[in-house]
Amino acid sequence: MDKAKTVKILKFYPEKCKGCLECEKACSNIHFKTDEGKEKSAIRIIKENKKFTMSVCNQCGLCIDMCPVGALTRKKNGIVWLDVNKCIGCQACVGFCPIETMRKSEARIEPFKCISCGACVRACPENALELVEEEIDELKKIVYYKQGA
Amino acid sequence: MVEGQIPIEEYKTGNTEHKWDLKKIKFAHRTLFSHKYKKRDISRGFANKTLYVNLSKKEIKEKKVTEDMKKKFTGGRGFGLKLLWDSIKPSTRWNSDENELIVSTGPLCGVTQYPGSGKSLCLTISPSTDIICDSNVGGFFGPYLKFAGFDALEIQGKAKDDVVIVIDGEKEEVSIETAPLEETNSHLLSEQLTNLYASEDTDQARQKVSIVSAGKGAENSYWGCLNFSFYDIRRKVCRMKQAGRGGLGSVLRNKKIKAIVVKVKDFDGVSNNPANPDKLAEVGTKLHKEIRDLDRYQCNMRAVGTVHLVEIMDEYDLLPTENYRFGCFPKAPKIYSPEFYKLFTKVIPDGCWHGCTMACAKTVDGFTVMTGPYKGQKVTVDGPEYETCGCGANMSLWDPLWILEFNFYCDTYGLDTISTGTAIAFYMEMYEYGILNKKRCDGLELCFGNAIAALELVHRIAKGDKGEFLSIAGKGIRRVKDWLIDKGWGDKQLIEDCGMESKGLEYSEYVTKESLAMQGGYGLTLKGPQHDEAWLIFMDMVNNAIPTFEDKAEALHYFPMWRTWFGLNGLCKLPWNDVEPANNAETDDPSKVPEHVQNYVEYQNAVTGWNIEKEELILQSERCYNWQRAMNVWMGRGRRKDDWIPYRSMGPVTEMEYKSREERYDKQLIEKLKLSKKELEKKNIKEKIKILYEFRQDQYQKLADAVYFRRGWTPNGVPTPQKMKQLGLDDKKMLDMLKEKINEDEKAGLNVWGGKYTKGEKPPSIHKRYWEKW
Repeated sequence: MDKAKTVKILKFYPEKCKGCLECEKACSNIHFKTDEGKEKSAIRIIKENKKFTMSVCNQCGLCIDMCPVGALTRKKNGIVWLDVNKCIGCQACVGFCPIETMRKSEARIEPFKCISCGACVRACPENALELVEEEIDELKKIVYYKQGA
Repeated sequence: MVEGQIPIEEYKTGNTEHKWDLKKIKFAHRTLFSHKYKKRDISRGFANKTLYVNLSKKEIKEKKVTEDMKKKFTGGRGFGLKLLWDSIKPSTRWNSDENELIVSTGPLCGVTQYPGSGKSLCLTISPSTDIICDSNVGGFFGPYLKFAGFDALEIQGKAKDDVVIVIDGEKEEVSIETAPLEETNSHLLSEQLTNLYASEDTDQARQKVSIVSAGKGAENSYWGCLNFSFYDIRRKVCRMKQAGRGGLGSVLRNKKIKAIVVKVKDFDGVSNNPANPDKLAEVGTKLHKEIRDLDRYQCNMRAVGTVHLVEIMDEYDLLPTENYRFGCFPKAPKIYSPEFYKLFTKVIPDGCWHGCTMACAKTVDGFTVMTGPYKGQKVTVDGPEYETCGCGANMSLWDPLWILEFNFYCDTYGLDTISTGTAIAFYMEMYEYGILNKKRCDGLELCFGNAIAALELVHRIAKGDKGEFLSIAGKGIRRVKDWLIDKGWGDKQLIEDCGMESKGLEYSEYVTKESLAMQGGYGLTLKGPQHDEAWLIFMDMVNNAIPTFEDKAEALHYFPMWRTWFGLNGLCKLPWNDVEPANNAETDDPSKVPEHVQNYVEYQNAVTGWNIEKEELILQSERCYNWQRAMNVWMGRGRRKDDWIPYRSMGPVTEMEYKSREERYDKQLIEKLKLSKKELEKKNIKEKIKILYEFRQDQYQKLADAVYFRRGWTPNGVPTPQKMKQLGLDDKKMLDMLKEKINEDEKAGLNVWGGKYTKGEKPPSIHKRYWEKW
């Protein structure tokens, strides 16, 4: 099997963001067919001291190791994918995500996450979001360093 | 954790592969009797049915779980006690037809969001103790039993030939099938049956099957444990967890049950249909995060499991070495956790139930077996855990590989590592003193440190060796003590003092000489000397936080009740205090871990929809704890005499032990017994041992006095009807029985305090029959 070497992850340009949250709405539409955004969105834009920051999965894949039933896998395109049908809702991935971007909404027990689909990028009227290609090994290095390896 | 992100398909254990003719094995099965049932949805943690199987009468029926049963017994071990009370007699022994083997779950069992929520509680009348033994165990069986439709499984009677009991949650059918061709030893049997009963040839399907079994050792000893399997999709191995204590596996094999198989169709994170799934996810995620952030600075469970305790116990003189003579040893660093970390396979997650991020269940994959029938094969060894390493220290085995070997064979033979190890350590000490020798041991040279002889003993027991020593050795320390005394070999007092058993069950692996409270934690127990009721050594010995008898009694009330609670719910104790919130030390009562207690209040409410406060958790336990003690009384035990502990657990038995810690003991004689230095100098070691002996024995009796009083019992340790009524337990048969037993004790003059109280000291109550005023 060909293993993905790179993956597209979201890059955020805070200086362009006006905080309209169109990205969150687009995301919750993908995951839950609703425009609610917020806790139903995998991407979150947070306003702090008049500045915006983005919180979203960086596809590092630590959660793959956490899953007891093999519901989390890295797809051919490099993204980390949660198979809702296999998931048994234990929240181990939610609790152990080093940047807390594995999400859980009240809509269902199984978590959800960014799949780099680009819906938020397309929805952003200010071009503040972009999908960029990253080396998976580099992403892993950072996270395993943080985990004390 | 550098080995992270190994794709599931790619990981290889390197184990020896087996090819089974599964068709032939399956074809040899003959269904003896079966029962179709209708599975209903689980409601707020309860399936509301238990399953009853009688192998003698060929009967299978479903019993209803009533609201009254939930109110009084909560679930899990509580349900087990209730089912036993309704089915057995006071004269029932482990091998009686009416003895039952019960596997029970509990309302929180099978929850995936909160770590440590997959425990099964197993109960039976133990061959070692002749009273109820309860043992908790991980693995998938408990959750699957519930998801297949039953809160508990109750097996009575005996089959004629080896059978498997199959609970098929997919077909909604229970069947009893003959099983002539399968292996008996668990590591092979679990693999065969998992493959045989999986719906498809996939890892996902295999993960939906769980097997309970016990091997050849369980057949031929009183140390039989139950192996509960859980299929590991990364290793592609049926791993096992053990319900170790008290000979449950011996009962399984005595009933001619080769295995119990359970299978589920499917399940998800809300299969328990909790009242409040969001709350559940919230509390669970909070704990996951705590483990993520703190475990590696606290217990390091995720990396090495319970083995992290070896170095701590060694440092505090608590690691039992050479049959508990010493608490530390110069060679001990050879079995510290870093040595095992090197051997453990670092594939995560390692929980024995889904969602347990504490993940203490470590394995060594591709371990090359060194002795016995599987010599040369490569296998996965589940463990070792701290207790098994402690057994290594006790037998003076200081090589991690031999500890693994011992661990592997005990598991697959269905032998409890604790009982086996503790007993062999005792035999080794008797060997050292010449009370046993090569001839008396059927040719085994059981000296401390002789790993090959220890393993040979295990193999020969599993083979059913009929040698005089070997047939008695597998029945445990109590029987061997009686045998040695009967033969007139050695000094009776020495034999009684050295053999680490109480109530007929072998001790688990902590040295308690310097902690009176922990002596009570082992002796003043329901099933025997197991540390699952209380672990008070640090609180008592290191921090001196419970100095008075009243303080110790309070701890020996609260902690056994609190720890009982996990067993009522199908939970593991470890996530309670083997990770602690960062600010725990600043709370009012750090030893109780208040924030986690609150988690459990919220957790139980979120599943059951009850609306309870933390005090109610203790009440739930108190009901069951007193019920079990009352049942012990009913069966002729459960009195002060039965709470006897060997002196080895209280103080130095031999001169060598005294000398090894002479300064400590001399100091105590001066400070606690007010001996002057001059007086001390005049005394030889034998005399000093004797003074200490009498003092410590009296301390233990005074502790028992305080504990019995605090628990609401008579001075002879019998739960009072008044206490039972306060707890809402109004079973007439039970209350009448207790009244009768208390009156019997009264006539025999046994309702008196055990301590010798001198001037200025007071027993817990000066009133006779104080409980009648309650």
